[in-house]
Amino acid sequence: MSETLYELRGITKKYDKRSVLRVDELDIERGEILALVGPSGAGKSTLLRLLNFLETPSSGSIRFHGEIFDAARQPSLDIRRRVTTVFQRPVLLRRSVRANVAYGLRLRGERDADARIDETLAQVGLAEMAHQPARTLSGGEAQRVALARAMILRPDALLLDEPSANLDPYNVGLIESIASDLNQEQGTTIVLVTHNIFQARRLAHRVALLLEGRIIEVADVERFFTAPSDPRTRAFTRGEMIY
Amino acid sequence: MIVSRDPQLTEIVLLSLQVSGIALLFSTLIGVPLGALMGLSRFAGRRFAIVLLYTGMGFPPVVVGLFVYLMLSRSGPLGSLHAAWIPALFTPGAMVLAQIIIAVPLVAGFTMAAVMGVDRNLRQQVESLGATSWQSAMAAITEARAGVIVAIIAGFGGIISEVGAVMMVGGNIEGKTRVLTTAIVLETRKGEFDLAIALGVILLSLTFLSNVVMLRLQGGTIDD
Ligand SMILES: Nc1ncnc2c1ncn2[C@@H]1O[C@H](COP(=O)(O)OP(=O)(O)OP(=O)(O)O)[C@@H](O)[C@H]1O
Ligand SMILES: [Mg+2]
Repeated sequence: MSETLYELRGITKKYDKRSVLRVDELDIERGEILALVGPSGAGKSTLLRLLNFLETPSSGSIRFHGEIFDAARQPSLDIRRRVTTVFQRPVLLRRSVRANVAYGLRLRGERDADARIDETLAQVGLAEMAHQPARTLSGGEAQRVALARAMILRPDALLLDEPSANLDPYNVGLIESIASDLNQEQGTTIVLVTHNIFQARRLAHRVALLLEGRIIEVADVERFFTAPSDPRTRAFTRGEMIY
Repeated sequence: MIVSRDPQLTEIVLLSLQVSGIALLFSTLIGVPLGALMGLSRFAGRRFAIVLLYTGMGFPPVVVGLFVYLMLSRSGPLGSLHAAWIPALFTPGAMVLAQIIIAVPLVAGFTMAAVMGVDRNLRQQVESLGATSWQSAMAAITEARAGVIVAIIAGFGGIISEVGAVMMVGGNIEGKTRVLTTAIVLETRKGEFDLAIALGVILLSLTFLSNVVMLRLQGGTIDD
């Protein structure tokens, strides 16, 4: 587990001259689950967009799969397709549940994946709703479709942005067990953004705290929660943070 | 009943459908991609292009007719070329050209509005699923399909009922360029009100029927 999948160096991201992210150094190991925690507006989703190559950093570089990408060099389609995100507010296509789950495969020109689609639908507990229009689903069901359409692609890196926010305990448990299975059985590297520090503790191997766009501390999960080196980490995990 | 009174009626109806149908086909092929491009991409001068497009949506057909007339007339810039692909004045081809100019801004303008209404996050999310920029544009158009159909219907409505341009560049020649709207004008002038009314009813029914057909294409999207 020592091989790195991502190496971020000197990353900054500005929107209209306002700097929202400044990550001097961050390595993400292949096969790990890294949790990103931090208050609202800290830049967590922004960091995921950079990791998915949906936006370019204002400066700095991201090494991914042995190649270095920056503002001027964008990854090829093949490389970009090795990462995908389950977004904080998933937007599903106005199609059936099944068509939504099949969508990423269709983009790749894979058309005979019926068995894989059925299997994935079953995994997220949506087999019976396969033909329902996706826009009619409940919040928890929609979130599971979003997870299904991402995991079916078997990405090297799966970026989860609050995948279980606002869900009931059953759905939270389901999504967590799927994430952990993907990680253990397929070796999928997972970056998990969560507001729920208990979830971070249950799932992650390492945890990073992001404050105002900067990484304050990255540590193994045990250390992060029991013996953090930064007082702000301790304050955050105890829910005492004054922003 | 009407047919027996005027044996040329079928011809007029068919020509109307043919001219406006072909014009609509070309307007869709040009207008939908143009509208999608303007709605989805950011380029220098986009604002100005949008103003132009909106102006185009309100072009008075007679002005378009005048423009096409001048272009195609013997001494006009296109007419003087005598190229095979340039239609001559007072032919159905000239009418098609005028109607394309009327319909393209309508189709493009409404398509643009429709794709701009698609959740911005959707494009980013399909890109995250591995879409190329082409594929993500297609996804946006597909999401906006109800609006795109409306755009095509608006384009059709704008040209099937239009009289100024076809009159000018077609000339309302019996058996050659006479369509429903120009026939209505003519019959009314002659005092043949019964026939004019009958033609009007046919025009209305045709518009109604074509809208029904297009709404069927729109299918389930109205309900979800
Ligand atoms: N496209 C954008 N344009 C301008 N500002 C943006 C944009 N995207 C994000 N921001 C700003 O960047 C900052 C970080 O946003 P981000 O969405 O990454 O936060 P977050 O940590 O994910 O917060 P939350 O926990 O509330 O989701 C915020 O202040 C936000 O307003
Ligand atoms: Mg966020």
